[in-house]
Amino acid sequence: MLTLEHVAQSYGAKPVLKDISFSLRAGQIGCLLGPSGCGKTTALRLIAGFERIKSGAIYLDNEVIARPGACLPAEKRRVGLVFQDYALFPHLTVAANVGFGLGHLAAADRNNRIEEMLDLVGLTHEAGAYPHQLSGGQQQRVALARALAPRPRLLLLDEPFSNLDVELREKLSLEVRDILKHEAITALLVTHDQHEAFAMADVVGVMNEGQIQQWAPPYTLYHEPANRFVADFIGQGVFLPGEVLSDKQVAIELGVLDGRIPGDCASSGGCAVCGKGCKVDVLIRPDDILHDDASPMQAEVERKAFRGAEFLYTLRLPSGHRVLTLVPSHHNHAIGEKIGIRLDIDHVVAFRSAE
Amino acid sequence: MPGPEMNPVPTSIRAPFTGARFISLPASPWLATFPIALITAIPVVVLLGHLLHPDQAIWHHLWQFVLPELLANTAWLVLGVGLGVSLLGVSLAWLTAACDYPGRRFFAWALLLPLALPAYVTAFVWLGLLDFTGPLATWLRETWGIHWLPPIRSRGGVILVMVLALYPYVYLTARAAFQGMGPRLTEAAQSLGVPRWRAFFRVALPMARPGITAGLMLALMETLADFGTVSVFNYNTFTTAIYKAWFSMFSLPAAAQLAAILIFFVFVVAVLENLARSRRSYALSTRSSQMPARIALKSWGAWGAFAWSAAVFGLAFLVPVVQIADWAAGVYQQDFDARYLGFAWRSLLLSGLGALLVAGLALVLAYAQRLRPTPAMQFTARIASLGYALPGTVLAVGIFIPVAWLDNQLIDLFGLERQVLAGTLLIMLLAYCARFLAVGFGPVESGLSRITRSVDEAAQSLGVVGVRRLARIHLPMLRASLLTALALAFVDIMKELPITLMTRPFGWDTLAVRVFEMTSEGEWERAALPAAVIVLVGLLPTYWLIKHTEHAHT
Repeated sequence: MLTLEHVAQSYGAKPVLKDISFSLRAGQIGCLLGPSGCGKTTALRLIAGFERIKSGAIYLDNEVIARPGACLPAEKRRVGLVFQDYALFPHLTVAANVGFGLGHLAAADRNNRIEEMLDLVGLTHEAGAYPHQLSGGQQQRVALARALAPRPRLLLLDEPFSNLDVELREKLSLEVRDILKHEAITALLVTHDQHEAFAMADVVGVMNEGQIQQWAPPYTLYHEPANRFVADFIGQGVFLPGEVLSDKQVAIELGVLDGRIPGDCASSGGCAVCGKGCKVDVLIRPDDILHDDASPMQAEVERKAFRGAEFLYTLRLPSGHRVLTLVPSHHNHAIGEKIGIRLDIDHVVAFRSAE
Repeated sequence: MPGPEMNPVPTSIRAPFTGARFISLPASPWLATFPIALITAIPVVVLLGHLLHPDQAIWHHLWQFVLPELLANTAWLVLGVGLGVSLLGVSLAWLTAACDYPGRRFFAWALLLPLALPAYVTAFVWLGLLDFTGPLATWLRETWGIHWLPPIRSRGGVILVMVLALYPYVYLTARAAFQGMGPRLTEAAQSLGVPRWRAFFRVALPMARPGITAGLMLALMETLADFGTVSVFNYNTFTTAIYKAWFSMFSLPAAAQLAAILIFFVFVVAVLENLARSRRSYALSTRSSQMPARIALKSWGAWGAFAWSAAVFGLAFLVPVVQIADWAAGVYQQDFDARYLGFAWRSLLLSGLGALLVAGLALVLAYAQRLRPTPAMQFTARIASLGYALPGTVLAVGIFIPVAWLDNQLIDLFGLERQVLAGTLLIMLLAYCARFLAVGFGPVESGLSRITRSVDEAAQSLGVVGVRRLARIHLPMLRASLLTALALAFVDIMKELPITLMTRPFGWDTLAVRVFEMTSEGEWERAALPAAVIVLVGLLPTYWLIKHTEHAHT
């Protein structure tokens, strides 16, 4: 459906995208997730056709839409866009905004389509209103309806919920996902907010410094991050030093962990690079550590943050390393107190230590 | 993989264009803006060329008999007006922005009203009032036996009238700067032990300086460009000398020589203004929505502030307007005839056509700059809108010379009987465009900048580009800005005197020309009738300006 092949882009001497490749199947919702300046917006603008591609190629429906020197203009791509600031036309009513891209239709067909779209996003009663009379969430939905009205082959969403408050953001992202799935729209979302990405997307590409670090479903990103950047960027956690015992075991100060050792430290005969005894850093998520008063393993509460249903404790291990843990909020411990903890790790995530 | 492909030779991987669906190189919008910049650039270049190749005989004559007086007069004028407008503008701006006293709310906007009066109108009213035969002098003489009045026909008189007409420029920018600061900084100074009135000199005034300087330079530009006021007073400056050289001595080279020298002074002021404007940002960056806690003036302080504001308002606006109304009413019966319909019609036609042209060119310029914001484009736009610094007399000469040359070429080439370009409406309108393009460019550019790039891209992604996007998105969203540009240019052209006077086709008298002719004969009452129309029309954009600067704060 949508395929990017070795896409690279630079502004002057500064590379912004370095060799990006991925593809989306029809009906799939993808997401490019990364910190600001990682190149995700540039990728979106290249797909939309607002920038000329320097190298690589972009395909839509098996047709090349962009390659160096040959670029289908944005207005001919049939790619819909929802902008971060919505970019509604302030001088047009909601209905006229939605109908803006339907100039090729006869008046009756156009009105039918506008009605259909407003119905889809639940704004039938606001058809005659002007954008400034609507709430942020309503403007967002007008923008979506306007982009979907001409039946685009692909929908792009640029930080679509960043202007909304947190509660509305979650509600609306699920709502938009339902609409897209219902209409079987292929979509690509760009955001720096992982909650938004996880709520919306089937598959997420984590980007940093112009490269896709990992292209995988959200679950995989969290539990099997491909590298340190992804591990750091997605979710919370700390690294503890460990030592590889075999290809199934790694020892850290909290005990010996069983499980496959992913990455370049794993091979059939222990560590592929240095053999047995290779030093690694093991990712410990807050949900990997459980509070257990009966456990002999003790750690000192160094900081705590009340989160309502739970506390996020920063614990100091006897070695001086710190770990995080989420504990139900009826376990209220004072700072400086020692509490018992226990490890509960499904997937061991370890990376070779920097020498 | 990304090794050798990272630095591709563009031609080697350029794919062949597959049909018309792929964009080809778009025609450069710069090509559209370049001729617009030429309208301003050619006169300047032509005149500066005269400075490089001076005619020895003319130069000698000028240097011996003309320049000493012009330089002295201009220096005194610039000095006096500069000091005067700073004193009036800053003091009134601070009083209305930071203090509270009876009438403050009224004076805050009313002190801008003199902007609606062309300086040459204020000038002839005061001349007429204080003349020996004028109403004030006659009344003093007959009622009180007072025979002495301050001599208005003097250097001091010109300076005073110009100060009264031009102080609003400084008032406007200084007031914006004072208001933009908000109360925080003076409060901080007070908390550090500096009393409020000293905080004005130590904090507020230094911070407002770039804004004040910008306003001051605008006022000085107007001073150097002024032709009407100084001619009413018979006070010789460069502009009157250029006019005389051309129309009395019929020496175009001498006029060009003088114009080139004047350009020099004007550009010094224009550069200073640009510097001040670029530094003004720090005064506005701390903009706070909070109302400043005003200093409540008491007893004689309050009455002093009131008297000062009332005096300036009365002398600069109320007295001239009432006097014009009185005179105009007096001569209306005998003077108003069919010729007046002609003056008004021609003023209307010229201002209307000129304003349409200015707004149209401003739109082309601003739109091209939006499509292709390259350095070359920025530079071109800058040149094109530089004409506001050029005095009308200079532009008239600078445009006439190349047009006359072109006419002669055409005569040689096609064996024409006479000149076809010089003295036509087209040339007049071009001169207006050069002078007032900046007036239209400002609102259009700021209006366009409020349309975000994503709005353009939204239209594009929905398949609407080019002219259709301009018609369906940009023009409707720009309507208010275009109307502003039209209104401002309309009024400025209506008030304009020297370009109209020097480039008009034979017999094309307008309201402004009528004012000039009546005043040069000392017929103040009869000058009041056309002046009244100009003032009434001028009040419209002044009202608009007041509405836009005031409603944000009060």
